[in-house]
Amino acid sequence: MTSRLRALAAAAASVPITLFGLVLVTFLIGRVMPIDPVIAIVGDHAQPEIIAAVRAELGLDRSLPVQFVIYVNKLLHGDLGRSVMTSHTVVEDIRQFFPATLELATAAILIAVLLGVPIGVLAAVRQGSRIDHAIRVVCLAGHSVPIFLLALLALLVFYALLGWAPGTGRIDVAYDGLVPPVTGLLTIDALIAGDWDVLTDALAHLVLPAGVLAYFSMAYIARMTRAFMLDALAGEYIITARAKGLSAARVIWRHAFGNIAVRLITVLALVYAGLLEGAVVTETVFAWPGLGQYLTVSLLNADMNAVLGATLVVGVTYLAFNLLADFLYRLLDPRVT
Amino acid sequence: MSAAAPPGLRDWLLTDAPASRRQAAWGRRYRLWRDFRRNPLAMAGFLVVVALIALSLAAPLLATHDPGQQELTNRLAASSAAHWLGTDELGRDVYSRLLYGGRITLGMVVAVVGLVAPLGLTVGCIAGYFGGAADRILMRVTDVFLAFPRLILALAFVAAIRPGVTSAIAAIALTAWPPYARLARAETLTIRNTDFIAAARLTGATPWRIILRHVAPLCTPSLVVRVTLDMSSIILTAASLGFLGMGAQPPSPEWGAMIATARRFILTQWWIPLIPGIAIFIASLAFNLLGDGLRDVLDPKQR
Repeated sequence: MTSRLRALAAAAASVPITLFGLVLVTFLIGRVMPIDPVIAIVGDHAQPEIIAAVRAELGLDRSLPVQFVIYVNKLLHGDLGRSVMTSHTVVEDIRQFFPATLELATAAILIAVLLGVPIGVLAAVRQGSRIDHAIRVVCLAGHSVPIFLLALLALLVFYALLGWAPGTGRIDVAYDGLVPPVTGLLTIDALIAGDWDVLTDALAHLVLPAGVLAYFSMAYIARMTRAFMLDALAGEYIITARAKGLSAARVIWRHAFGNIAVRLITVLALVYAGLLEGAVVTETVFAWPGLGQYLTVSLLNADMNAVLGATLVVGVTYLAFNLLADFLYRLLDPRVT
Repeated sequence: MSAAAPPGLRDWLLTDAPASRRQAAWGRRYRLWRDFRRNPLAMAGFLVVVALIALSLAAPLLATHDPGQQELTNRLAASSAAHWLGTDELGRDVYSRLLYGGRITLGMVVAVVGLVAPLGLTVGCIAGYFGGAADRILMRVTDVFLAFPRLILALAFVAAIRPGVTSAIAAIALTAWPPYARLARAETLTIRNTDFIAAARLTGATPWRIILRHVAPLCTPSLVVRVTLDMSSIILTAASLGFLGMGAQPPSPEWGAMIATARRFILTQWWIPLIPGIAIFIASLAFNLLGDGLRDVLDPKQR
């Protein structure tokens, strides 16, 4: 046990270094940009004294290392600067937009797990059969399809042609702002407020983007589940279990699946992190007011504070999920030392 | 593709006692090819990739129109004899744009891979072979770049320079090399302690010679598999950048940018945004199928 604790501690010790690298990369990206942040704030025609004053106020007249120290210091005090576009602080903006992305990603991973795990198990149990090949093709398609194509197709078919789904956005205008924001997750907030109309509407808006986002993750989860299961099913204890006369379902789910569950959990943590990426494109197509859309709109407006703040937040979240995967794996799997 | 090699050549290739190094090498390649050919999905991927390359190279010959030529009186037309895939919002021929777009997409893939594979291989081999401080520093840097989701880092990077094909290539390359370094390092670690490396060291070979002549070639098969599988994700990232307005810029016929400009017609002239989307899908699927097949042949233990 002590060796495992030591391994955990070593993994934890690497976090600050990676974090530091993350901040440094973000900082450097912000400093090579061709748009002068001062001009972006005061405009083209400001007087030289004002430009100089603002430059000094932002600390841009100092050397690069000093600027970095200032940047880190501000960061430690929770200051990511102000967005030129929304004129709020970036932290406020992110607090407002992040829950929408969290809700979308969580819904997507729920769908992906509920579909991907059974499909993967089925493919492994029926290895080499027609079902296995069909699943392989479906999964490969999931890896290959550009997510914006899928999103546009989904809108075309389920919104325009069939009329099954509401259009873009998070909620119908009529319901907007009806439930008090507690968590920022509309479905949860509606549940807390006990407002069924809002809940139904929010869920209806959620299904299409979450489904689109889930496809890619589902493909990956199914593929990993299949590989893990094939591994597990080849074990001698499976032959023993079968020889004992246990039912096929018990052998598959209890003996084989029970052994891969931990490895799957780590895969899930990684997939969840990867969803942040897909969310950027999905949110753009579905006009979903999340962090991804905030990032793209800021990008197109050259709102560098917002871009870097959002990038940093996404990077830190991504890192956290990766770490979580690592920790869970080490903690839960008794075979890892 | 071509059927089996002619009998004489086949015997030469498949002999159990090759007379020269060259014969042994070609014999191995032929056996791999025979294994690969048995997998219909992989062959389909291979053929589509070859077709894509041929179509892109021959774009000027095959195109029926100039991809930039506008014909405003004939906007958003459906498929016809004059415009095989219809026209876009400026009356440009979609079929011709698609062909030229393939050049951009494949060109970006080649450029990224050309930058990334040697870089990742070098970093990974050095880290793995020398170990110690070099390993720790290089792997820490790799970790930092792995800590960003690929598309997000690429977006921020492109925004910092200037949207366009060149910066998109640089941005994707910046985010794509770490997995290669990891892979090459892992391979190097297993090779480092083998007897033939020790023998090479005893004969006085320098570390650089060992890395270049003995370690790197052995890392190549798994790297090739990884590169092929990665090409599909490079295509998707490039298209996503284009779609978000951060990659190739209009009027460039890059597929992602084509969808971005035609997006607003999805509910009326739905085929205009869908056609380049399907092209992206086919290209990406083909590389995935090819990569899968190559992995089965070159790297059977990873199946």
